[in-house]
Amino acid sequence: MLNMELCGIKLENPLLLAAGILGTTAASMNRVLDAGAGGVVTKSFSKEPNKGYNNPTIAEVEGGIINAVGLSSPGVELFKEELSLINRERKTEKSGKNNPNKIAIASIYGSTPDEFNYVASKIGDLIDMIELNISCPHAMVGYGSAIGQCPDNTFDVVNAVKNNVSVPVLTKLTPNVTDIKEIALSAQEAGSDGITVINSLGPGMKIDINAGVPILKNKFGGLSGPAIKPIAIKYVYDLYEDLDIPIVGVGGIRTFEDVVEFLYAGSSAVQIGTAIMYEGLEIFSQINHNLIKFMEDKGFKSIDEMVGYAH
Amino acid sequence: MKNEYKILEIKDIIINTQTIKTFIFDWKMEKDEIPNPGQFMMIWNFNGESDEKPMSVSKIDLDNEEIGITVKNIGEFTNNLHSLKIGDELGIRGPYGNHFKLNGDNIIAIGGGVGMAPLRSFVEHAKSENKNVDVVVASVTQCELLFEEDFKKLGVNVFTSTDDGTCGYKGFATHRTIDLLKSRNYDMAIVCGPEIMMKGIFNILEDNNIPGQYSMERYMKCAIGICGQCCVDNTGWRVCIEGPIFSSEEIKQITEFGNYHRNGAGIK
Ligand SMILES: Cc1cc2nc3c(=O)[nH]c(=O)nc-3n(C[C@H](O)[C@H](O)[C@H](O)COP(=O)(O)OP(=O)(O)OC[C@H]3O[C@@H](n4cnc5c(N)ncnc54)[C@H](O)[C@@H]3O)c2cc1C
Ligand SMILES: Cc1cc2nc3c(=O)[nH]c(=O)nc-3n(C[C@H](O)[C@H](O)[C@H](O)COP(=O)(O)O)c2cc1C
Ligand code: FES
Repeated sequence: MLNMELCGIKLENPLLLAAGILGTTAASMNRVLDAGAGGVVTKSFSKEPNKGYNNPTIAEVEGGIINAVGLSSPGVELFKEELSLINRERKTEKSGKNNPNKIAIASIYGSTPDEFNYVASKIGDLIDMIELNISCPHAMVGYGSAIGQCPDNTFDVVNAVKNNVSVPVLTKLTPNVTDIKEIALSAQEAGSDGITVINSLGPGMKIDINAGVPILKNKFGGLSGPAIKPIAIKYVYDLYEDLDIPIVGVGGIRTFEDVVEFLYAGSSAVQIGTAIMYEGLEIFSQINHNLIKFMEDKGFKSIDEMVGYAH
Repeated sequence: MKNEYKILEIKDIIINTQTIKTFIFDWKMEKDEIPNPGQFMMIWNFNGESDEKPMSVSKIDLDNEEIGITVKNIGEFTNNLHSLKIGDELGIRGPYGNHFKLNGDNIIAIGGGVGMAPLRSFVEHAKSENKNVDVVVASVTQCELLFEEDFKKLGVNVFTSTDDGTCGYKGFATHRTIDLLKSRNYDMAIVCGPEIMMKGIFNILEDNNIPGQYSMERYMKCAIGICGQCCVDNTGWRVCIEGPIFSSEEIKQITEFGNYHRNGAGIK
């Protein structure tokens, strides 16, 4: 009943693991797949290894967390090993299981179209889709949202990658812009197969009043969790009217009601991140279970019928 | 919010060895969560160059409402902790992770170096439940033996071993343990120390059919189970949530145990 397609790729259910959460090793991503996710998005990685920021990298706030992990990753060469071990449907020589309709999406970042292209060209046969992270709110200067806040830069990055890979490409956008429509249309025009909205919000800051300093080592970081959901819903709702390509909704999902809301707003699939902190990995099977019940109650026969229902 | 810092004054500092100090804090057991032996805290040092790292709870004093962490000076962060004075403040969040389970009557606790830290609070707890406890305290050299006196005061049998023979048995914790097992019987073991040592102990305890609980360390960022930094191969368990204590049966499934770990960038 939850079976669906995203950019032509079959998925067992619409729940994906969001980038940067439990996505550092194949073992932890396989655990998330076993826990019921239809697919996983990896931690964002680039050409070179990156240590990220020192701790504290995470601070809890009302309604979620702010984080400045700082895109830590071992770099594409070493990360290929992890990618090859993910138990997705099209198994590689190394991955153990053939998981029908489970997918792996590689989240990549860089500072130039060439760098994105370089990374993308190395991994095409190890994953089912690529997600371009041009939206991290606390990345180094020239990375992340520095690209995703500019329509021309967005076009160039998407275009460079699309010209060279055969797997579908999602472009992940930042909410921290004045006109997201312009950026999304740019990505679509450059050939993006789908849009993921939203990356974490802000950035924000939390000062510990007893310590008298900002908690995060980086001082500021992206806000995620239930608090950002209304903003994500609004972006999905608006973009659904403007775009011809599918939308993957992300931001604050904790319950099946949240998933329904995202589907109704116009997302074809959703990603879940921060709420794992509250609900544990059971969140995926719980939501799937409740989603089926909801669909039966309301008479929906497929996820497709629910996408954009609120319009 | 569960993960909020408590900013606490250092109430006392105990100099345990040349490289190891124990820091004592007031801890409102009613209000703050009572830690269990084996759990850890995230310690945020915002004095100077800010950083935050995991430390096991080595002392849980319910009567006096105090906790302690025991820190070995091995790098920048721990060196900065060692330079702090009584009255200086640290941020503490936790307790995190699972804990040792008291499921035996004749217990052997085996620790190497600062690995004695989580064992200390457990041994104290086991003695208060009137269990028989033997402790193997191992270190490279005599002046690094940790908590020997504390353990003796608790009335447990202490068996020291030093690699260089400057105190007690000359040799590794593994040899000391093999020796002990010839004459004594145990129905449970808890182990913490360098992973290479724990691997050796694991093999010995398996040969002797003694169920063990092992305290593992992995690089940590969030400690709340979302960043993925501390996950182990091939199970994907998070050391900060499903660990840091793993049973013998679990250890068998952790293929990287005793073989490798990842650094802050995720590189093996
Ligand atoms: C669950 C747990 C409990 C621990 N309990 C204690 C304890 O009771 N007493 C004690 O002295 N030490 C304990 N440690 C280890 C302690 O966290 C590290 O020794 C300390 O972080 C080293 O920091 P440094 O900057 O001084 O040294 P560095 O030179 O930066 O690091 C030395 C080594 O410490 C480890 N390390 C560094 N940063 C981290 C990090 N963020 N998370 C985990 N490991 C890290 C790495 O293996 C590194 O190679 C524990 C670790 C874990 C995971
Ligand atoms: C700890 C953490 C790390 C993240 N790392 C990344 C990342 O590497 N790449 C990325 O595109 N998004 C990253 N994100 C953003 C999430 O993928 C997601 O867009 C955002 O958290 C909102 O969803 P949520 O509220 O369900 O967490 C990260 C979020 C968190 C909390
Ligand atoms: S330290 Fe982040 S998941 Fe364990």
